[in-house]
Amino acid sequence: MAENVDHSKRNLLVAASVAAGGVAAAGAGAPFVMSLMPSERAKAAGAPVEVDIAAIEPGTMLVVEWQGKPVWIVRRTQAMLDLLGKHNDDLADAESSVPQQPEYCNNPYRSIKPEFLVVLGVCTHLGCSPTFRPEVAPPDLGDKWPGGWFCPCHGSRFDLAARVYKGVPAPTNLIVPPHKYLSDSRLLIGDDSKGKA
Amino acid sequence: MELLKKLVGWIDERLPIIDAMKAHVTEYYAPKNFNFWYFFGSLALLVFVIQIVSGIFLTMSYKPDAQLAFGAVEYIMRDVQGGWLLRYIHSTGASMFFVVLYLHMFRGIMYGSYKQPRELLWIIGMILYLALMAEAFMGYLLPWGQMSFWGAQVITNLFSTVPFVGTDLAILIRGDFVISEATLNRFFALHVAAIPLIVVGIVVVHILALHKVGSNNPDGIEIKKHKDANGHPLDGIPFHPYYTVKDSLGAVAFLFIFCAIIFFAPDMGGYFLEYNNFVPANPFKTPEHIAPVWYFTPYYAILRAVPPMFGSQFPGVVAMGVGTVIFFFLPWLDRGKVKSIRYRGTIYKAFLASFVISFVGLGILGTLPATELYTLISRVLSVVYFAFFLLMPWYTKIDKTKPEPDRVTSK
Repeated sequence: MAENVDHSKRNLLVAASVAAGGVAAAGAGAPFVMSLMPSERAKAAGAPVEVDIAAIEPGTMLVVEWQGKPVWIVRRTQAMLDLLGKHNDDLADAESSVPQQPEYCNNPYRSIKPEFLVVLGVCTHLGCSPTFRPEVAPPDLGDKWPGGWFCPCHGSRFDLAARVYKGVPAPTNLIVPPHKYLSDSRLLIGDDSKGKA
Repeated sequence: MELLKKLVGWIDERLPIIDAMKAHVTEYYAPKNFNFWYFFGSLALLVFVIQIVSGIFLTMSYKPDAQLAFGAVEYIMRDVQGGWLLRYIHSTGASMFFVVLYLHMFRGIMYGSYKQPRELLWIIGMILYLALMAEAFMGYLLPWGQMSFWGAQVITNLFSTVPFVGTDLAILIRGDFVISEATLNRFFALHVAAIPLIVVGIVVVHILALHKVGSNNPDGIEIKKHKDANGHPLDGIPFHPYYTVKDSLGAVAFLFIFCAIIFFAPDMGGYFLEYNNFVPANPFKTPEHIAPVWYFTPYYAILRAVPPMFGSQFPGVVAMGVGTVIFFFLPWLDRGKVKSIRYRGTIYKAFLASFVISFVGLGILGTLPATELYTLISRVLSVVYFAFFLLMPWYTKIDKTKPEPDRVTSK
């Protein structure tokens, strides 16, 4: 019996069976992997958010939820804006050369209107939400502090244009999400009519 | 009695219970010179059983739902009869598991238990260690407190630093763009079903591998070299009754400490249960100071010690990953002729001592805020940590060892 085995035929059949079984296994694996990706409901939570910004007091910050993450809207005072250009040497990317913002926000204020900064409140280091510290030169942050954000997790620092300082763990400036003004007081976050984020 | 014997005989003809009992318990010969350090293997098994049992009962009252999870844990703590005890048993068990594991691993390093022929046994043990780190990390998300949430946020973001695929990888792990209910649900599934099943399997394989090669001992010599007429090692004694009795004593002492923690210091001053975790998860507010639970802090300190390079945090993540995985290579890094520290020279002892100092030091620094001074110390200790492994092929080779005895010694 054993000497009548056609080994090349058997090897071919084994290889063919393994290949067919492999394809079937990969196909059967697909739904398992797919189920691990964000659900349609999670994706729908990323829909654009409309915000009324008229009520924000100058010098304060409003936090809204977009895609489950905090988005900060800061109404900067003229004094805050004047301070922005004075510490460029301490920043890692003062000119915003890393594309962390839409093209229309690639300016010294990192915003459409200088007064309103719209930025994702998620540290570019490991995703903590930095603390808003608008006051100038508080004792714990040093007398050079012009106002900005301090990340409690690993000590990253950002100025009031959400630009990162040198020598902190966060590698890049905070992300400015796509947004546009529907009117003077209505802001849409997550959609700039150039394709949704 | 006669009837019982008949019953056992009937079963044994169909299931080899007597053979298995002999092979692994009554006629498994272990070296007769086991000391204090040999308690921790059986204690790890004991803690594992405690975690499984307490975990099953906690699952009966817990709800893996972002709206309900925090409340469910408080419900267990306040309203479920005996629930506070179950939860403290489980949370204390998690920390004590790592206490026991770190001592067990240190024993393995100290007596060279990873060396030939036990390389695979060591690797299986290291896989167990990694599986239990995943188990602990996922379990920590379930109470859905502030530390649960932000700890998971930071750890899953570690994966997003991987070049090119990082962002998608982090989304795949979380099942969402942020830590959300999808993450909570899958961590629950992995924590209560998938990983425990895997751990049970690997524990069996770990013990099978141990019983194949036989236990090492404080002298680091092979007892199988000298056997009596029956083929039993002259320096070996049957596991049962000798070591079952010894380990029972260890278990009693261990449970004494375990209960003292549960009843008098269940949060261990914020180290076993962090204070911030008694605040419900808030995705918009990161706590003032976040730190992982103590058993992860050595690696966390290494992560923080590495500065960003090329605009990426990835090097730090790699250093942290290598810091855990490097243990796997110990059997091949060690070129020493002897196994046990008893017969090693001064150089090895100095390196081992500096390694212990670096591991404990990093563990302490990982719980503290990252100031400039602490970051500097973390960097120095990280170098010491890696030097222990990376220089090992060199210093174990030039180290002056003492001659090993022919038979085991006892003091």
